[in-house]
Amino acid sequence: MSTKVYAGTEVTVNDDGFFADAQQWREEMAPEIAREAGIGTLTPQHWQVVKFMRHEYAEKGTGPSVRALSKTSGVSVKELYQLFPKGPAKLAAKIAGIPKPRGCI
Amino acid sequence: MTSDAMASNGKIEKVSIIVSKGSLEGVYPALIMANGARAEGIEANLFFTFFGLDAIHRARHEHIKLATVGNPGLHLATWAGGLPGVSSVMTHYMAHKMGQLDIPSIPEFIEMIADTGAGLYACQASVDLFGLTRDDFIEQVKDIITVGEFYDLAAGGQIIFT
Repeated sequence: MSTKVYAGTEVTVNDDGFFADAQQWREEMAPEIAREAGIGTLTPQHWQVVKFMRHEYAEKGTGPSVRALSKTSGVSVKELYQLFPKGPAKLAAKIAGIPKPRGCI
Repeated sequence: MTSDAMASNGKIEKVSIIVSKGSLEGVYPALIMANGARAEGIEANLFFTFFGLDAIHRARHEHIKLATVGNPGLHLATWAGGLPGVSSVMTHYMAHKMGQLDIPSIPEFIEMIADTGAGLYACQASVDLFGLTRDDFIEQVKDIITVGEFYDLAAGGQIIFT
């Protein structure tokens, strides 16, 4: 565990940079986390996915895998990888301030 | 392992997965590895060879069966596994279990893996051996390539044989 400062606020993250406490996340932190993850600008489509990840986490206590994310959000797998080339579920979870999804599929 | 295969942080950056078997239990692990690699942001290529070609064969990829003979892990007597229909029934049962866990069917899984940006390739030698052509394969297959071309494609990454 270590700490990071996003949008002027100190937060706790794990060794891979995922938020240890999803409650510490604020929307204004997302663009900074995204930039660190190699995504320069968050488009409305990115936001749609990020918000969906938070919604799923709030409902189920875990973020969805890519397949579940695509099926439930309506964003195709192809589009998800265009939006988040380095792993949609993983990066969207990081940007959304929730733990890394653990699914295998 | 060369340092080329890994990023400076020690993580794997690229995998090339060889699929040589045409049974359900032979194909799924490779697909799960490939899909999982892409989900982690790892570049992935799949190279289908020998009976593994069935997984990308237009007419056959919906009919990949579980091996019920010579499969001690199934805990089924060999003679029973060889009875007519047993392989179909066991495959059906497995598909049902997988469906409950939301594991996609092989055709759906392969389409999804292609959508993740992974490359699907057929082995030239096996294509020649079985007398197949490009038209026998699903459209997601990028190319039929030689073993040399495979090694070029795999350069700088890890190779996984299944």
